Amino acid sequence: MTVKQTPLYETHLRYGGRIVEFGGWSLPVQYTGIKDEHNAVRTKAGLFDVSHMGEVVVNGPDALIFLQTLVTNDVSKLERNQILYTPMCYKHGGTVDDLLVYKKDADHYLLVINAANIEKDWNWMQENAEEFDVKLTNISNETAQIALQGPLAEVILSNLTDAPLSKLKYYWFMPEIDVAGKKVLLSRTGYTGEDGFEIYCSPEDVTYLWDTIMEVGSPLGLLPAGLGCRDTLRFEVCFPLYGHELSADISPIEAGLGMFVKLDKEEFNGQGTLQEQKTNGPKRRIVGFEMVDRGVARAEYPILVEGSYVGVVTTGTYAPSLDKNLGLGIIQAEYAKVGQKIDIEIRGKKVSAQVISKPFYKREGK
Amino acid sequence: MNIPKELKYSKDHEWVKVEGKVAIIGVTDFAQSQLGDVVFVELPDESGTVKVGDGFSVIESVKAVSDIYAPISGKIVKVNQALTDSPDLINQEPYGEGWIVVIEMSDSSELDDLLDSDAYAQLAAEGGH
Repeated sequence: MTVKQTPLYETHLRYGGRIVEFGGWSLPVQYTGIKDEHNAVRTKAGLFDVSHMGEVVVNGPDALIFLQTLVTNDVSKLERNQILYTPMCYKHGGTVDDLLVYKKDADHYLLVINAANIEKDWNWMQENAEEFDVKLTNISNETAQIALQGPLAEVILSNLTDAPLSKLKYYWFMPEIDVAGKKVLLSRTGYTGEDGFEIYCSPEDVTYLWDTIMEVGSPLGLLPAGLGCRDTLRFEVCFPLYGHELSADISPIEAGLGMFVKLDKEEFNGQGTLQEQKTNGPKRRIVGFEMVDRGVARAEYPILVEGSYVGVVTTGTYAPSLDKNLGLGIIQAEYAKVGQKIDIEIRGKKVSAQVISKPFYKREGK
Repeated sequence: MNIPKELKYSKDHEWVKVEGKVAIIGVTDFAQSQLGDVVFVELPDESGTVKVGDGFSVIESVKAVSDIYAPISGKIVKVNQALTDSPDLINQEPYGEGWIVVIEMSDSSELDDLLDSDAYAQLAAEGGH
């Protein structure tokens, strides 16, 4: 498989980004340092290249009913220019992907999917679209995306647009506005737990937008931010990462995403299993935990209770905003209670940890 | 990139400072910059013995878990306990307060297999592989 580059690849080198491969893409894991960039997003602002994300347009008279079948959340609740987060499940209840649905019009939606899943999602959507009067278009290659995240995001962006940013609420978007003279789709969304925006634009404009936002934001403390802090930021607020907290083997109910599974709407993929799990409680759950003894839990490490295997770590790292070693893991439901003592097996040794409540971090006033 | 002239280096990015029969071991400036923010160091037991190439310590940054290999054989006579509470010393002073262990060498001829600063600088310039 060839490793793909986003339109900002050269820009990342220019800003001193250290490039790694992620989900088939060459992207910067960090520029100055993960902790630095993490703290900038929590206290000031950070700018991320998320052009690797996939975008699929759904058009046609059956657009809504098709999406209602495809995803677990209730798309009929969306107003024009509103966004919802939703898992997308297989018939057996495992998760194909988690995505954002942007309602542009009654017969026109934009889906934003995970980079590593573009091909799989596309095939799955095509297969599910057969019986509906809809047209799907994969515009991933024609769409660049950057995310400006942090408490100063609005201040920084307001220097570059006349659009009424303060009126744009969380999970709403403006379909076409000018930012620094370029036409973009702007949404108040993000994957960091902070206020912020995601900016969709053409690949030709993205370098100019990046440079201009950095120029305006740098004096206020804006840093370019890499994948490393994108992961620690989303981890602290316990947003799932596909392939870790969600997978073909982990349902949204097991992942604790029941509020995004609307069982009372039209029939949808996975409904039976998800109904059963919601009614009787899932056999496994994603929990948060804190290391009690010294050590860093990492994905795939076994979780034990009194010597018996009860689950596995899905994400584990040092959490910069809390200055603690924390983790997420999937364990048998009977042990998924706050205060439960567990052991994480790290390089053959048992290191004690304890289940704690999620999320680990919550921004003030929210 | 700081690569002191007076030290010897392994291809695995450890540095070795020889003082008589003992050698002080740490990781290079290049290694710490590649690792990023160090958040945890798993230290070996004092008085353990190691052979060249043994993994004797683990350094974890926010993102990565890296084994540290013994550049020479011998007995571990001292371990830098300060790293337990301040693992970031490895980022701040890789050749100073961020040292990891002191090894009493069992075969000082192994030192001949290590790189000098020029050879290591070239390795680092090539991306470290």
